[in-house]
Amino acid sequence: MIRLRKLAQASARDMMVLAVVVAVLALVPFGVSRFTLSVAISALIFALAGIGWNVLSGFAGQFSFGHAAYFGLGAYTVAVTLTRYSISPWLGLILGGLVAAVFGLLTGWISFRFGLKGAYFALATFALAEMLRLTFNNFDFVGAGIGITIPLAGGDDWARIQFEDTPSLQYFVILGLVALSTIAVIAITKSRIGSMMLAVREDEDAASALGINPLRAKLIAIAISGFITALAGGFYTQFLLFIDPDLAFGPFVSVLILLRPIIGGVGTIWGPVLGAGILSVLGEVTRSLVREPPSFLQVIEGVNGLDQVLFGLILIVVIIRAPDGVIGWFHRRRQADTA
Amino acid sequence: MNPVLSVRDATKRFGGLTAVNGVTLDLGEGEILGIIGPNGAGKTTLFNIISGAIPPDEGEVIYGGDRIDQLPPHRIAARGLVRTFQVVKPFSGLTVLQNVMVGAFLRRSEHDEAEDHARKMLEFTGLAAQSDRPAKGLTLAARKRLELARALATDPTVLLLDEVLAGLTPTEGAEMVKVVQSIRDGGVSLLVIEHVMAAIMALSDRIAVIHHGELLAIGPPAQIAKDPGVVAAYLGEEFQIAPD
Amino acid sequence: MRGRLRQAAWAVLAILVAVILTQSTWWDTNQTVFAQALVSGLLIGGVYALVAMGLSLVFGVLDIINFAHGALMTIAIYASYLLFDNYGIDPYVSLLITIPLLFVIGVGIQRFAINPVMDAPIHNQLLLTLGIAIVIENLALVLFTGTPRSIELAYARNEFDLGLFTLDFPIKVFGAVVSLPKLIAFMVALLLGGAIYVLIHRTQLGAAIRAAAQEPEGAEMVGIDVRRIYTITFGIGAACVGAAGALVMPFLFVSPTAGATFNIIAFIVVVLGGMGSIPGAVVGGLVIGLTQEMTQIFVPGSSKLLGVFVIFLAVLLFRPQGLFGKVQR
Repeated sequence: MIRLRKLAQASARDMMVLAVVVAVLALVPFGVSRFTLSVAISALIFALAGIGWNVLSGFAGQFSFGHAAYFGLGAYTVAVTLTRYSISPWLGLILGGLVAAVFGLLTGWISFRFGLKGAYFALATFALAEMLRLTFNNFDFVGAGIGITIPLAGGDDWARIQFEDTPSLQYFVILGLVALSTIAVIAITKSRIGSMMLAVREDEDAASALGINPLRAKLIAIAISGFITALAGGFYTQFLLFIDPDLAFGPFVSVLILLRPIIGGVGTIWGPVLGAGILSVLGEVTRSLVREPPSFLQVIEGVNGLDQVLFGLILIVVIIRAPDGVIGWFHRRRQADTA
Repeated sequence: MNPVLSVRDATKRFGGLTAVNGVTLDLGEGEILGIIGPNGAGKTTLFNIISGAIPPDEGEVIYGGDRIDQLPPHRIAARGLVRTFQVVKPFSGLTVLQNVMVGAFLRRSEHDEAEDHARKMLEFTGLAAQSDRPAKGLTLAARKRLELARALATDPTVLLLDEVLAGLTPTEGAEMVKVVQSIRDGGVSLLVIEHVMAAIMALSDRIAVIHHGELLAIGPPAQIAKDPGVVAAYLGEEFQIAPD
Repeated sequence: MRGRLRQAAWAVLAILVAVILTQSTWWDTNQTVFAQALVSGLLIGGVYALVAMGLSLVFGVLDIINFAHGALMTIAIYASYLLFDNYGIDPYVSLLITIPLLFVIGVGIQRFAINPVMDAPIHNQLLLTLGIAIVIENLALVLFTGTPRSIELAYARNEFDLGLFTLDFPIKVFGAVVSLPKLIAFMVALLLGGAIYVLIHRTQLGAAIRAAAQEPEGAEMVGIDVRRIYTITFGIGAACVGAAGALVMPFLFVSPTAGATFNIIAFIVVVLGGMGSIPGAVVGGLVIGLTQEMTQIFVPGSSKLLGVFVIFLAVLLFRPQGLFGKVQR
């Protein structure tokens, strides 16, 4: 408790922002349709996964292109422990986080020991996620290619994190997970561990000259990162009530995860959440534009893939115009104004 | 004299080239030992051996009573033997304060303690006014101070300084010399590589001359300046009396 | 020199294994399956080699993970298909159009999209190429829908009188079927690979490209316009899939994601062969082609790619510079 109060003091501004953000987000479920609510829930799921990615790739600077591995391990741990052993998904979430953390430590130890960096590390993480996907595809214990369907609990069931009658409760659960993870990230940025990660990201030689063990810093980062992303995966299972190898480990999942912090701002506390907000609004706008275009654009109505074209174009423009994300763009604007 | 750091017969070869050849020297407690020598003489390689960046092929490095020549750089730094780099390596994505806090965190686990200590080091090196600026935009002189502040923040027992004066204007250099002297007054022993001859002669208690990887002479500055072997070795090179 | 010796030792080992296999009863019972895997693996491996060459150039020279490489191949596939479908232009003749077309597209992408972010961190470059891939693939979906299409080459099943002997396609070797389009694809791919090798290693442009890859700053100092070299290199890289797209079109289902499957394989080939190495891409392509077919024999029921990824990770960890790359860590 004393530590928590200390943390609140040391990062009063971040904690205040967190309180405001959570308060605003808590208003979302009121007066929106079930569909919009599910869009918001999935936005928060990928924000959470992005928060995890950001720890390893944003703060510790080890670019992962295979965070689907952790996401999928979390998703499958919840699915398997629930359907096979009737373990509550609450415990399943924690277990999934641990499984992912251990997987991260093992594969990270091997990769970093062998000096994988930059593009090579990114490709290795990609390959690992693909190998998990292919393995789970042929692994009958986890339902192979068919996947696992979560049985319906019926009604609101806190123990199973299923809220058929009041879906907004599910929204509050994921919002709570996002808030907790953000507190964890704020704590990291204010801690010795966070300082070690940043130093290793910036310059490994200089970091070790100051007494930092780069391998240790990266392993701590990968374990925390894997844990948080696995929480998102585990919740995803309870949200979809279904999981299969493509939804869990597919390459596109990795992309979905890393897009959010990159759009928002890599290595910033609020990047993942901001990015998730922007992307889901953008996604909905382009989707509805194609579904019901204004009269002068009638030709595009219902054309398959057009929303994705738009999305891709926006992505290209953002990367070229705001290479350090929306937060970085604001910072530069402000610096330009004061200068 | 009680040495805090001893190098015994250190040798390092790169292919056919022997960069450091059987160098032996002691650094006394509270001493400033200057290391001079022409470019490519093996000074920086010697630093790399001592700081653990490259293990020596032969010989040993003894610090605090233990052999440290096979330890990785971070273990050596954690024991209190810390270096700076000739080509400074600021964490350019971080602010000046964050840079120095990385060093401060080595012996402090609480954020506030580390910040207080880092601010003291910034004050000491004259960088306090630039604490919240990104390290990326600093001038060379400021980056050299930052490098020093960061190393100092780890509370070192022995500090290895690799050309902290090079590239500075005479005024900046004179200020830096004062800083280095007060570091020693704080009880830190220093091993200083330097090219600017006048400065190192004034600063050091003793001077070691490295030439072609070998220790040519070691002794008080006055004695080194008169050493015929040293003069002969330097006559072939550009003898740098004044800072450039 | 010792590296060559070790390579020779591996080759001898491979031949030994092959001999033992051919002498065993296992061979007798699985001969056809094995021969088919061998033939299919080698033939598709040639195409992988060509695709990977383009990627390897971009990877080695620009240091960019180009996720749009497969999507560029999709453009070539559709171009070749449309030329055949609308104007009856033979796919192999359409090479003359798809290669320059993709070169121009590649130059345009590098000039207007990638050059501005050359100094950005790798994740930005990666995402940028990913964005380009998303646009291209979905544009194909918009224009041609997702329905897979395919063509039938009238002469693919003909008999060819070569004077000395006649070839009746598909040929059968040890019971393995060799189709004409795949054979042509293999041979043309290797031929073009040779041409690129000559371009890189025997011409002045190639020397400039290699200089820009190894020492961009040094190259700049001796008067090489590195940005321009980057642009040309990306163009050549795209031209490789321009060729590969037309070559695979006759035996592939044409769809918006047809090229994407080659992208991942090409990455693996590049890492296996060594970044920027043309011979590495050829050997890597053949090895990966064989590996994916053999995986299915030795690990029945698994995905073709599983064995490929195992090899990939092993190479990343134990020989990250690849088979033909120089050690530089």
